[in-house]
Amino acid sequence: MIKFEKVTKIYPAETVVLQDITFEIKKGEFVSVVGKSGAGKTTLVRLILGLEFATLGEVYFEDIKLNDANAPKIQEIRRKIGCVHQDYKLLPKKTVYENVAYIMQVEGKNNEEIKKEVPRVLEVIGLKEKMNNFPDQLSGGEKQRLAIARALVNQPDIIIADEPTGNLDPYNTYEVISLLQKINAAGKTVILSTHDREIINKLGKRVITIENGKIIRDEAEGRFII
Amino acid sequence: MLTNFKRVLTFALNDFNRNKGISIAAIFVLVITIMLVTGLFFFQGVAGYLTSQIQDKIDITAYFNNTTSEQDILNAKAEIAKMSPDIKSIEYISQDQALVNFNASHKDNSILTQALQEVGDNPFLPSLNITTNGQPSQYTSVVNILQTSDFSKLINKVVFPKDTINKIYSITKNVNLFGIILGIILVIVAISVVFNTIKLAIENSKEEISTMKIVGASDRFIRGPFVIQGIIYGLIAFLICIVISALSFYFLSPKMEILLPGFNSFNYFLTNWYIFVLIQLGFGIGVGIISSLIVVKKHLRG
Repeated sequence: MIKFEKVTKIYPAETVVLQDITFEIKKGEFVSVVGKSGAGKTTLVRLILGLEFATLGEVYFEDIKLNDANAPKIQEIRRKIGCVHQDYKLLPKKTVYENVAYIMQVEGKNNEEIKKEVPRVLEVIGLKEKMNNFPDQLSGGEKQRLAIARALVNQPDIIIADEPTGNLDPYNTYEVISLLQKINAAGKTVILSTHDREIINKLGKRVITIENGKIIRDEAEGRFII
Repeated sequence: MLTNFKRVLTFALNDFNRNKGISIAAIFVLVITIMLVTGLFFFQGVAGYLTSQIQDKIDITAYFNNTTSEQDILNAKAEIAKMSPDIKSIEYISQDQALVNFNASHKDNSILTQALQEVGDNPFLPSLNITTNGQPSQYTSVVNILQTSDFSKLINKVVFPKDTINKIYSITKNVNLFGIILGIILVIVAISVVFNTIKLAIENSKEEISTMKIVGASDRFIRGPFVIQGIIYGLIAFLICIVISALSFYFLSPKMEILLPGFNSFNYFLTNWYIFVLIQLGFGIGVGIISSLIVVKKHLRG
């Protein structure tokens, strides 16, 4: 589903962020990408989303070479991926309902479908009562749940969660990880980028460990060892 | 397509409503700059009126011999009118009319009146007062025509204030040039002020644009609401400006007529209303759209 082939990413001023990275993520896998802050985890996520392009090597999404894809193709790929970020990346001037509906509108879904689906997803995520609130009226945990609702509403095949628990307390962290596990159990591919040792050790899933821009370990039932 | 347009329009209206402070600031700046541009256009109109007033007062006078019959002078008038497209008007002043005019102008000067009575006969010559379209070269060409024509033998002398014409032409030319240069500078300043205001308004949504990109929104879907907001700013600013302009010209008109007799600013506005609409609407919406497009494009690339 996602393939990195000898990918190197160099930012201006000769900063090498990723170096000769090769791995493949298959459909339905739960993969954690771990590493210290600045190891290159976020750059890896940005490469998958087409927000950055590899300086050397190739990144493939469903056999599409991202380096060669034009803007509409990249936008189409992004619509197939549900994203959850540490800083939530919500639309601050839209209500809870509008934040979720926006994703369906981007996808070109009709209004009837949106009116039916958005309240349903908000109910599942426990935010139906707050659908007319704005993001700044929500707690950290609620914001992250909204971000997850937004990532799920179009039922994408793949969820990328970039440090989703970084701003959350242990209770909300547990809730978010449980949710990601459920999503994976439903057959979706989940890529979790984190530096939370406890989470990784409890998951017992595949772990790719990055250090100084290089993959130092890729284990099927890995643990957080740095 | 229509559904997408409706969505983009709804986003724009919601954003406009939810960012009232920024929206009002942007409209306020647009109103000021549109009024500045309107003022420049009005200034050009006043300058043009003043120039034409001055030029209308300058004429070439061809004095005919007092033996020339009125019919010959009128024939000459018709001939002159056909000779040059630069001629705006020709007025025939008979000997008797010249005397009447002189008496009327100097009725309070007893010495002149007495001197005229002592002369006995009417000492004035019949004449043609010729007004051209204003350029100094036109005056020269008309004078040349008068001096080389078939009826030149009927003409006693041709009088025209060559130096005054040259000076006035030079002054009006410089005033117009100054107006154009000042206009260009102020329009550039106005455009950059509006551009920066809209830039600030959109910079406020920088993070939002980045999120929209991440979730796969197309460039058009992201750009649309900002462009429509630019149109809304321009449209509201235009409506405010056209009302301000109409009221200002209406209430200032009597005062302007004291300063510029014969110039009715409200009539000028009514005569040129479509140009005012075009300038205000074009400037407001045009700058609004172009600024939004440029600023959003920068964020879409980034």
